[in-house]
Amino acid sequence: MQDSKLHLDWDVVADARKSAKNIAVDVQTYIDDHSTVSVERTICRLLGIDGIDKFEVPLPNIVVEHIEKEGNLTLGVSHYIGNAMVETGLSPQEIAEKVSHGELNLGKVSTHDAFEIKLAIDKIARENTDKIANNRKDRESYLERFGDKTGPLLYLIVATGNIYEDVTQAVAAAKQGADIIAVIRSTGQSLLDYVPFGATTEGFGGTLATQENFRIMRKALDEVGEELGRYIRLCNYCSGLCMPEIAAMGAFERLDVMLNDALYGILFRDINMKRTFVDQYFSRIINGFAGVIINTGEDNYLTTADAIEEAHTVLASQFINEQFALLANLPEEQQGLGHAFEIHPDTENGFLLELSQAQMAREIFPKAPLKYMPPTKFMTGDIFKGHVQDALFNMVTIMTGQRLHLMGMMTEAIHTPFMSDRALAIDNAQYIFKNMKDFGSEITFKKDGMIVNRAKEVLEKGRDLIKEIETTGMFDTLQKGKFAGIKRPIDGGKGLNGVFVKDTTYFNPFMELMIGGDK
Amino acid sequence: MSGGLYSTEDKSFDTKLNLKKLKPYGDTMNDGKVQISLTLPVPADEKGAEAAKELAKKMGISEPAVSHYGSLDTHFSFYVVYGSLNHTVDYDEIHVETVDIETMDMYGVQNFIKENIKRDVVIIGASTGTDAHTVGIDAVMNMKGYAGHYGLERYKGIEAYNLGSQVENEEFIKKAIELKADALLVSQTVTQKNIHIQNLTHLVELMEAEGIRDKVVLIAGGPRISHELAKELGYDAGFGPGKYADDVATFIVEEMVKRELV
Repeated sequence: MQDSKLHLDWDVVADARKSAKNIAVDVQTYIDDHSTVSVERTICRLLGIDGIDKFEVPLPNIVVEHIEKEGNLTLGVSHYIGNAMVETGLSPQEIAEKVSHGELNLGKVSTHDAFEIKLAIDKIARENTDKIANNRKDRESYLERFGDKTGPLLYLIVATGNIYEDVTQAVAAAKQGADIIAVIRSTGQSLLDYVPFGATTEGFGGTLATQENFRIMRKALDEVGEELGRYIRLCNYCSGLCMPEIAAMGAFERLDVMLNDALYGILFRDINMKRTFVDQYFSRIINGFAGVIINTGEDNYLTTADAIEEAHTVLASQFINEQFALLANLPEEQQGLGHAFEIHPDTENGFLLELSQAQMAREIFPKAPLKYMPPTKFMTGDIFKGHVQDALFNMVTIMTGQRLHLMGMMTEAIHTPFMSDRALAIDNAQYIFKNMKDFGSEITFKKDGMIVNRAKEVLEKGRDLIKEIETTGMFDTLQKGKFAGIKRPIDGGKGLNGVFVKDTTYFNPFMELMIGGDK
Repeated sequence: MSGGLYSTEDKSFDTKLNLKKLKPYGDTMNDGKVQISLTLPVPADEKGAEAAKELAKKMGISEPAVSHYGSLDTHFSFYVVYGSLNHTVDYDEIHVETVDIETMDMYGVQNFIKENIKRDVVIIGASTGTDAHTVGIDAVMNMKGYAGHYGLERYKGIEAYNLGSQVENEEFIKKAIELKADALLVSQTVTQKNIHIQNLTHLVELMEAEGIRDKVVLIAGGPRISHELAKELGYDAGFGPGKYADDVATFIVEEMVKRELV
C-alpha cells in the first residue's frame, strides 16, 4: 500500500483509474477507425513536406486538399505520396511542389503494388523518425552534461508577437532563472486550419507558432543554456485544429514541453469532439516518441467554473487525460497533468484547500511532472496584493512537489508581462523555494483535519463523476456539459468536416514507427 | 539618499490640503511622494541609476532617490525610484463621466422588467475579435455570477446568451438580429497594441451599416474599459473593474425604458 499524507483511500483511486481507462478505451475504438485532414497533413510534414505556395498556402494543405479533390483521402496520404514516389522516383517534397505547380495529379498516377508503396514510404519515414529520435538524444545528452534540476521548474511566458523580441525576453528570463520558456501563441491560431509559415513579427496576445519561430527560439535557448550551463526547455501549444501538425513541428525542432489536452479544444475553443479525439491521439503519439512533456489543461476549468465546487472535475479530467495519454504510449513521466491555484482569495482557509488539492494530485499521480498554474481569475491590478497571492501559490508548489511551475505575474490582468515583472516573479519564487525547501517533507497533516477531509471529499466526488461518465460515455458527457459547465453537441463545433472513416487499406507509417516509444 | 526610518528631510512646505493644488501624499500633506519602477536597456550600474534619476527629474520629480537597482540581463536593469512630484492638479476642475444609475439588485431588476417592459429582455454577450478570454463576460452572464452577484442567466425576465470567445463582429451582429437582442455586451480582456479599440469601433460601424445601432443597448466591458472611453467609441455605457451583473442589468432595463425600446 502506498504511503499517503492525506490518508487517501487507494481503493477509491484504483476504482476511479479503472473507470477512466474504460472511458478512454471506449473512445479509442472510435479513434482507431478514423483519421482527419490534420492527421494527414501531419503525415505530410513527417514525410518532409514543408513550405508554402505563392498564395502562402502551406504545401501539406495543398497536398491533402488535392487528394480530397482528385483522389480518395480515406486511403490516406501515405498511399498517394508513396505511389507517386514509386512512379517518379521523387522525394515527397518534390512531389508536393509538383502538385502545387499543377504539374502532377496524384489521382491520375497509375497504382503500384501496395508492398512497393509501403517500402518507399517506410524508408523516408524511418529517416525522419530517426531525426526525431536524435533530437531526443540531444536533449538527453544536454541534460546529462548540465545535469537536470530537481524541484520545481520555473516556467515563464513570453508573448510579444514578434519572435525576435520574444528571444530578447526569453534570454533575459533564462538568465534570471527560468527553466522553461513558453512562447504564447497568437490568439486565434487554434482556429486556423493550417500552420502559418516562416519567421513572424506580428501577433495578438502572442506569437504565431511556426516551425521557423520554433527553430529561432530553440537556437537562442541552446546558446544561452551553454552560457549558463543549464538546459532551458522550450514550450509551445499543441492544440486547436492543427494539434498533430504542431506536435510534428515541435518534434523536429526539439521542443520539450507542449500544451496538449484531450478535452480543452472541445470545451474552450468549440472544436468538434470527434476531430479533437482523433487529433489528440496522433499528437500524443508524436509527443510521446519525441520525449516531450505534455501539459494538460484542467486549470482552465477553474477559470470559468468555481475552484471549490468544481475541484473534482479537475481530478476526473486528470484521470481521463492520463488514460488517453497511456493509450498513445505517452508515459506517466511525460504527463504534465494540470491544475491551478484559483480559489477566491477571500475564502477562509482557502490556502488549506489549495494545499489539499495539490497534495492529492501529487499522491495520485506520483510520477507525473504536474503542471501548476498561478492565480489569474482573482488577480485584480493591485500588484502588491497580487505579489502576495503569487507567494502563497509558490508555497503550495514547494510544499507539494509540483514540477512545472508556471510563474505568477503580479501584473496579471494588466498586460502581457514586462521584463521586470518576470524578474520579480522569479525572485519571489526562488526566495520561497529556498526558504521552504524541505518544509513539505517535515510536516504531516492532521488525520480528520480540514486538509485530509477535503481530499477525501474531492476524490470521492471525482470517482463518482468518472463512474457517471463511464456509464454515459464520453461523447454524451460532453454534450451534457459535465466539464467546466460547457455543453458541446457531438456534431457541432469547428473541424468536423475534416474527419473521415479510414479505408481498410489505410496506413500511417508513423504509428508503427513511433509506438514502441523511446527507441 | 533616503533618510532611513526617521526622515530628517526638510518639511518647510505648506502642509495644508489645497484641492486647487492637489499633490500625492506620502506621510505628510503635500510632500508629493511617489514611487516609480522601471526597466532601462542598459547595464545595472551607477550610470544606469543616474539615468533613472535624470528620467525621474524629467517626469517632474524632485529629489529622486533610487532605492533599489538590479540586473535583468547584461544590458537590462531594473530600478525602484522614490521622489517628490512637483506637479499639482486642480481637483475641483475634474469631471468624470460615470454611469449615472442607482443599481438595483436582481430582484429589483426582475420587478422592473415585469412592471415596465412586460416581456423578456434578450441580452447577448461575447468576447469579440481575437480575444480568447471569457473571464469578464462569464462573470456578468453565467448563472453563478461573480463575487456574490448572480449572473444574468439567473434573472427571471432576462434571456441571456453567452456566445463565448473569439466571436467575429459580423457573427455577433448576425446573432443579435437572429435572436432579436435588446442589448449587446462586448467584452475585451486581453489586448495588445490597442487592438480592442479598433475592434470596438469596428462593431459600431457594422451596426450602423446594418441599421440596428439605435435599436439596441450597446455596452462594452473589460479591465481597460471606462464609461468615458465607451461613450467616446459610440457605446451606451462602459463597465470596468468592480462592476457586476446587477450594474449592467440595471443600466440595460432603464435605458430600454428611457429610449422606448420596450
